[in-house]
Amino acid sequence: MGLVEVQNHGFEGLDHNVMTAPLEKLVNWSRARSSWPASFGLACCAIEMMATGGSHYDIARLGMEVFRASPRQADVMIVAGRVSQKMAPVLRQIYDQMMEPKWVISMGVCASSGGMFNNYAIVQGVDQIVPVDVYAPGCPPGPETLLHAITTLHAKIESGELLRRRSETGAGANIMVEQRDGQGMSQMVTIGQSS
Amino acid sequence: MSDTVDEAAADEQAPDDEAPDLVYGAPRTEVRGQQVIHPRRDEWRRTALELLNDGWNMCMDVTAVDYGTYGPGRDLPTGVDPERFEVVVSLLSYERRERLRVRIQVPEDDPTVDSLYAVYPGTDFLEREVFDLFGITFSGHPDLSRILMPETWEGHPLRKDYSTGAIPVQFKAPSQ
Amino acid sequence: MTVTDQESTMDNTTVDTGLAEGKGQLHLLPRRDAVLRMSEVAAAAAIDGELLPEENDQTMIVNMGPVHPSTHGVLRLMLELDGETVRRSKPIIGYLHTGMEKTGESLTYLQGPTNVTRMDYASPLFNELVFSMAVEELLGLELPPRAVWIRTLMCELNRISSHLLSMATGGMDIGAVSMMIYGWREREQVLRFFQKVTGLRMNHNYIRPGGVAADLPDDWEADLTALMDMLPPRLEEYDVLMTGQPIWRDRLQGVGVISQQEAIALSATGPVLRSTGVSWDLRRDMPYLVYDELEFDVLVGSYGDAFDRYAIRLNEIRESIRIVRQIIEKMPLGDYRIQDAKVTPPPRARIDESMEALIHHFKLFTEGFKVPEGEVYVAVESPRGELGCYLVSDGGPKPYRMHIRGPSFVNLQVMPHMMADGFLADAVAVIASVDPVLGEVDR
Repeated sequence: MGLVEVQNHGFEGLDHNVMTAPLEKLVNWSRARSSWPASFGLACCAIEMMATGGSHYDIARLGMEVFRASPRQADVMIVAGRVSQKMAPVLRQIYDQMMEPKWVISMGVCASSGGMFNNYAIVQGVDQIVPVDVYAPGCPPGPETLLHAITTLHAKIESGELLRRRSETGAGANIMVEQRDGQGMSQMVTIGQSS
Repeated sequence: MSDTVDEAAADEQAPDDEAPDLVYGAPRTEVRGQQVIHPRRDEWRRTALELLNDGWNMCMDVTAVDYGTYGPGRDLPTGVDPERFEVVVSLLSYERRERLRVRIQVPEDDPTVDSLYAVYPGTDFLEREVFDLFGITFSGHPDLSRILMPETWEGHPLRKDYSTGAIPVQFKAPSQ
Repeated sequence: MTVTDQESTMDNTTVDTGLAEGKGQLHLLPRRDAVLRMSEVAAAAAIDGELLPEENDQTMIVNMGPVHPSTHGVLRLMLELDGETVRRSKPIIGYLHTGMEKTGESLTYLQGPTNVTRMDYASPLFNELVFSMAVEELLGLELPPRAVWIRTLMCELNRISSHLLSMATGGMDIGAVSMMIYGWREREQVLRFFQKVTGLRMNHNYIRPGGVAADLPDDWEADLTALMDMLPPRLEEYDVLMTGQPIWRDRLQGVGVISQQEAIALSATGPVLRSTGVSWDLRRDMPYLVYDELEFDVLVGSYGDAFDRYAIRLNEIRESIRIVRQIIEKMPLGDYRIQDAKVTPPPRARIDESMEALIHHFKLFTEGFKVPEGEVYVAVESPRGELGCYLVSDGGPKPYRMHIRGPSFVNLQVMPHMMADGFLADAVAVIASVDPVLGEVDR
């Protein structure tokens, strides 16, 4: 343990000990309370996400009213809407451009599982592309559901559970599924893997 | 051109049971109060210009239908042979406050139609979509490339021989 | 067909369109080379830094979107910039393509509105309306008056909420960020009424073939009157914040100008068309529902610029308030859906009592009702323009072909012509003024 390790790995470079535990708690506390979302509103769920940002539901009291356009400045990516085949590489690129630590909320059923569109054009769940931390069901999920998802995520950030799990398992659910595209071919895909 | 108009007017006033009802040189049918004409594919460009000059000033929609698996017979006038594809164009006239639909039969082995881009420039995107989803090419279109699917996609999704691509799920739809 | 084959025909000034100059409407477009004809592969190469044949020392090709705070969804624009001026542009869409028309062929007519309603997600009731009207046209149904009046009421409220959304996001894009908060404040009140009536804030599946899904609640008149009384003072706040404000005017006046002939040639409809001075509104000129019994004005602009489009939308909210007040007075009593057992499901309470009701319910929700063969095209005036539905039926319980003519899809063609020779900052204003909803663009 030395200064170089801290500089390279941040807090992960420090072993858990009685000196750094309160510091980690402070860091997790602050990360939870000011996680800025990357604007990734795609379809109808984006409208409800904007409604959550409005004054009635007010996402600003959770510290998240700044939807950063640049992924470099964002912590949470709320995938709001259906992800089409053409959009999937763009989604992955935005996710890769975000800085660690980053989290993903899959908002709505289209993002979580393909929703009502079980066809050639929609990716059946964004967890085939990016590792998802919280799934918010609904079509579209009302602002209350989205706020519930956000507070769930904040609770998990604050307890440090997510970062611990990622370092152990390489993130995600790791479910194997057979995916077909509209052209009759099928391939085995692992859901919920980050690379 | 005036000959055709007079002929069409004469036909409309005194319809003959055997002669087809010709409007702008193409057979006409009426479906639920809407006028539909069925020009031939090789006469389409001429007919389109005639329509524009006669006051059908807006082209609202260009779409296509794949009648490959259509069970019942199609409602076509005599003299019009059904083909696998149909390009359907919907026109609107401000003065008449009426709509006119145009159905052009397009065969499967030569899916090409004249483009309407020079007559109605608003068909730019609409024809690209028909090309993308059905594979019907429009000759004379400045940039006929895929618009909805990725450019490297193979296949034309809205054709009837292209499956929906559904992943089988545990709960099946009712009538499968 | 490989992409490279296309590149040789990319220049639309030399392609053989098959017509001599002067025929057709192409010559009416003064800036027909405003559209950048470039394939996506070439666009990717441009972004990577390779020099394209179109580029020279003067111009640069820049990509805007699809993930962009101001593109109103996943719209991608390739812009050819000469310094700060946009010379040519190309909208690239397809990032939200959901295959809804293909999915629609495997859903019954009762499930159809759930699919169609998610196309134009800012005004979902209009999609449901046009689909239901097309199905009813094929079935030859005549609806009870109350059903038609309820549909008109809900659609006009949806027009109000859609225009509020468009002004909220448009205001934020131009820079009046507080407009976002104000617009959503009013929109929440309308959505609250929708939730009371339909059960959902968005994507309601309320307007179904045969009528509407449920009757209005008992206190709807009081709720709506309160809502209609609340809105006009708030609209005056918008006038103070935006319409009369010099910075807003400077940013929107004279930006994105098109002429009447261009708009008609490019098949533009809705506020885009009316801003040029063409007075065409399907509600008045080809009436449907009960618009021929209601009094309202059609707003028309004079300059064809972005400010006209914004002003038309703002005042269309006022006209819709006027219409809703008339509907509150004139709403008839009666059935909210047609009592035809072959089409509408029986009330849930009857299922326990009657075997027939149970069988009807079962058949309607599993197999669906059969619609006679034929084809029909029906159109309504949505907040964005003419929304049409072309439906082909083969006599079965599912549509053979369902096509929705999305107004934003066709209006997008106007954008390169509006953006040509404007500044890059004006491109944002142009997109906000056209107000595309990418769900119905890509379907």
